[in-house]
Amino acid sequence: MTDTDEPVLVCKDLCISYYTRAGEIPAVVDFSLTVRPGETIGIVGESGCGKSTVAMAIMQHMGANGGIKSGSITFKGRDLTRLNEEELRSIRGSEISMIYQEPFASLNPSLKISTQLMEVPLAHENISKAEARERSVQILRDVKIADPERVMNSYPHQLSGGQQQRAVIAMGLLSKPSLLLLDEPTTALDVTVEAGIVNLIADISEKFNTSQIYISHNLGLILETCDRVFVMYSGEIVEEGTIKSLFNSPRHPYTHGLFSCIPLITTDKNAAPLKPIRGQLPLPFERPLGCYFGPRCDHFLQGVCDQAHFQMKTVGGEPDHRVRCLRYEEIDYKQVVSNTETKVSPEIGKRVLDVDGMKKYYEVKDSSLAALISGKSVRYVKANEKLNFTAHESETVAIVGESGCGKSTFAKVLMGLETGTGGEIRHNGKEISHIKVRDRSTEQIRSLQMVFQNPFDTLNPSHSIGGQISRVIRQFGVETDKKKVFDLVMTLLDTVKLPRDFYFRKPRQLSGGQKQRIGIARAFAGNPSIVIADEPVSALDVSVAAAVTELLMDIQREHKTTLLFISHDLSVVRYLSDRIVVMYLGHILERGTTAEVFAPPYHPYTEALLSAVPIADPDIIKRRIVLKGDLPSAMNPPKGCPFCTRCHRRIGDICDLELPSEQLVKDRHVIKCHIPVDVLSRIEPVIRKPGESDLNHA
Amino acid sequence: MTIQSMSKMPSVGFAAGMWRVIKSIALLRESWVGMIGAFLVLFWILVAVFAPLITQFDPNASIQPYARPGTLSASGSIFWLGTDHLGRDILSRIVWGSRTVLFYAPLATLSAYTVGILMGLMAGYRGGLVDDILSRISDIILSFPVLVLYIIVIATIGASGFNIVIAITFASSPGIMRIVRGLVLDLRNRDYVAAALTRGESDWRIMLYEILPNARGPLIVDACLRLGYVIITIGVLGFLGLGLPPPDPDWGGMVNETRQMAIVFPYMTLFPCISISSLILGFNLLADGLREISLRD
Repeated sequence: MTDTDEPVLVCKDLCISYYTRAGEIPAVVDFSLTVRPGETIGIVGESGCGKSTVAMAIMQHMGANGGIKSGSITFKGRDLTRLNEEELRSIRGSEISMIYQEPFASLNPSLKISTQLMEVPLAHENISKAEARERSVQILRDVKIADPERVMNSYPHQLSGGQQQRAVIAMGLLSKPSLLLLDEPTTALDVTVEAGIVNLIADISEKFNTSQIYISHNLGLILETCDRVFVMYSGEIVEEGTIKSLFNSPRHPYTHGLFSCIPLITTDKNAAPLKPIRGQLPLPFERPLGCYFGPRCDHFLQGVCDQAHFQMKTVGGEPDHRVRCLRYEEIDYKQVVSNTETKVSPEIGKRVLDVDGMKKYYEVKDSSLAALISGKSVRYVKANEKLNFTAHESETVAIVGESGCGKSTFAKVLMGLETGTGGEIRHNGKEISHIKVRDRSTEQIRSLQMVFQNPFDTLNPSHSIGGQISRVIRQFGVETDKKKVFDLVMTLLDTVKLPRDFYFRKPRQLSGGQKQRIGIARAFAGNPSIVIADEPVSALDVSVAAAVTELLMDIQREHKTTLLFISHDLSVVRYLSDRIVVMYLGHILERGTTAEVFAPPYHPYTEALLSAVPIADPDIIKRRIVLKGDLPSAMNPPKGCPFCTRCHRRIGDICDLELPSEQLVKDRHVIKCHIPVDVLSRIEPVIRKPGESDLNHA
Repeated sequence: MTIQSMSKMPSVGFAAGMWRVIKSIALLRESWVGMIGAFLVLFWILVAVFAPLITQFDPNASIQPYARPGTLSASGSIFWLGTDHLGRDILSRIVWGSRTVLFYAPLATLSAYTVGILMGLMAGYRGGLVDDILSRISDIILSFPVLVLYIIVIATIGASGFNIVIAITFASSPGIMRIVRGLVLDLRNRDYVAAALTRGESDWRIMLYEILPNARGPLIVDACLRLGYVIITIGVLGFLGLGLPPPDPDWGGMVNETRQMAIVFPYMTLFPCISISSLILGFNLLADGLREISLRD
């Protein structure tokens, strides 16, 4: 990779618009990018900023209503915008490949993997079937699929999500493309699986000498995979640079804002509260004159930033670092940073929730003849196996785990949507795990509420916001008088920092973050004592997620609510929780305070989870642990320790045969592992900062 | 600020609702197919409403048999569409007949929808045994040819306007149930339903308030199409002699009474046929237009 190499792809002054009934929508404005051979470029930005549109334009697949207005896309000396369909077809899939977000949607469910892989070389090159098969197996081996022959003969639904995405990447690499486009390739995957894929992607350019464009909303992932990064905002690039210069000294206020929105694994809610970017992304036809970021920028200067549109400027001393800001030299971020407020942690009160040996099994009836003969017609899915933990007033307890670990099942039992199979859940001393929600008293229902994950699903699209919140208030009997209910809704809207006229709005008129705020208002309407938040911000953009997280914390502080925060994202968890419960396949593998869980002794699974978290800080040194294989099925869990099939610290047959018992490390810090605690204590920490011997003990 | 002051106003439920309906009708302008349909339907509604003003003859009075269209009557008015073999004015019979169709067809559709929606909500939301029983009942009804069902039902309970409604409800509610059930199976897994459950709402409230309003889009389009089928059905029943008892005007019955003379006096059958077709076409085009609009955006 030298500078004399001819670039693989050059986008110059690209403008892309969509044409709709409402008129022309300029999706991408004035976009320039150069990709050199073997280089990995990251494009980062929030949803709606035009990242995917750029990828689609490079593929020349814009749909019926999209078009390139001006500018050129030159791929190896040929202008893609001028090629006809026939010429494009010979380039797509052979010289430029694209990998999409949902692996399952990119594979044809009715064809075997072998057919789909072999199709690629057969379509683009004149080779025999045997040769195509050989190459397909080889490429599967290259993307580190353990059992390529079996995968070749499988249908997509027989593979796990991680294997599917590897197969898709293999398909993209089969034709030895010069350019690989990856559009959020790991967003649909679990963190530990994601870590493996990210490792693979980082190796691709070296192994295949392929240039890559990696599109993501996650700055941490960009840091781990890319050489250079482009930050997009509202259809234009606001800053570009090498990973080193951009991450160490971001110049654009938006880039800076993005960094302050991400909870770093090294901070927590009281020491350094998140600083969300105020406002919202402007719609394409509402973009202001001058700087598009102006209305949300803290350094906006009237008469300077709201004049004519301006070009990118090269930052002095860094040839690759360019920024679209007129005032970047004047802004002193250090001074701004020093103004951070710190918040006082609330006092932890009395114990409100007691989970004592709670079990939840689902019955699965097998009506096949074989099952009837053997007498095993009923099998059990052990979704929750003997959960033990407690939660106190004002405390935030995070339940962490990957999909299928049983955290949502626990939430359902707690809420009374399902009943437990065994054990007890006591709320203020009263057993509730066997009482369905209908049989609970209003008082119990009111004091246990939930914030849901999907903002687009959490509100009923047919009813107005005001109607939905009032209903909750009346249902809980907080107020019955019409006027008083109305006043209370207004107060709640104020609490979640939304304008009062939202009372009359329908959910479709709200953005994702606003809907989630209404969801929070609804949960807190009855002044609950426990709120379960099931990944409340995982579907939101970082700048919005930061604001919603802060809001949730503030309301919790004020109401002294116990918050059960379900999440798979350890950096968010580290940031906001007091205690952490790590779940895997229905078992609690480790539980303790945040500081205890984040420092040795770790459970090996906690260790792997920590290592899998992408961290958007180039200074941090992280030990890489990539787990083998995938999560076992809950129908057929391992006999011994649930984690034994993937554990990197397996000590022998005892792991396969015997369920480890809980080892008490310290008061309320428990690890379920066969390895003795003092051995686990000697493990070196996964994450540390240079200059600090051990960050987590500091 | 105007928005702020608006928020102080009390809830304006009815007016706002009407305004939304008007706005969604205005959306129909963008589909010319839908506009033609709406125009045809509106035409027949106006005809039915203003029947006494349009007609100059008693639809059941025997005046002058076999008069060709355009013949001058003894009273000085013109038989615009001629008279039938019993001397009744065809225009008057068509106009008054539109009242019958536009009363019984929507009534039958509404009744079929009420039953079908309730069954579909129960089957989809409750699932399990309730679903099994309701689905098997509907399978049995759907396994009969529709016409046979109508003949059996009407032969049993007798021919009258309300019995037609009962027959149509019986035969078409299973189909509606299937549609509603499918929609409910999807909608019941939404988070807002879970939210309603976690605040202890009753099953009926969840079905009618949380789920049903969100299924309305496909149901409105289907209702429009089904209204067309019901008009055909009423026509067919009239033609088979199972419709309204004579002598009250009924489009299907008019075709039936005069079909043997159709070669000599084609106008006697032709005009009622055109009326039936145009109204059905109107509802079908309206349904197409509504679907087109709902798919957009």
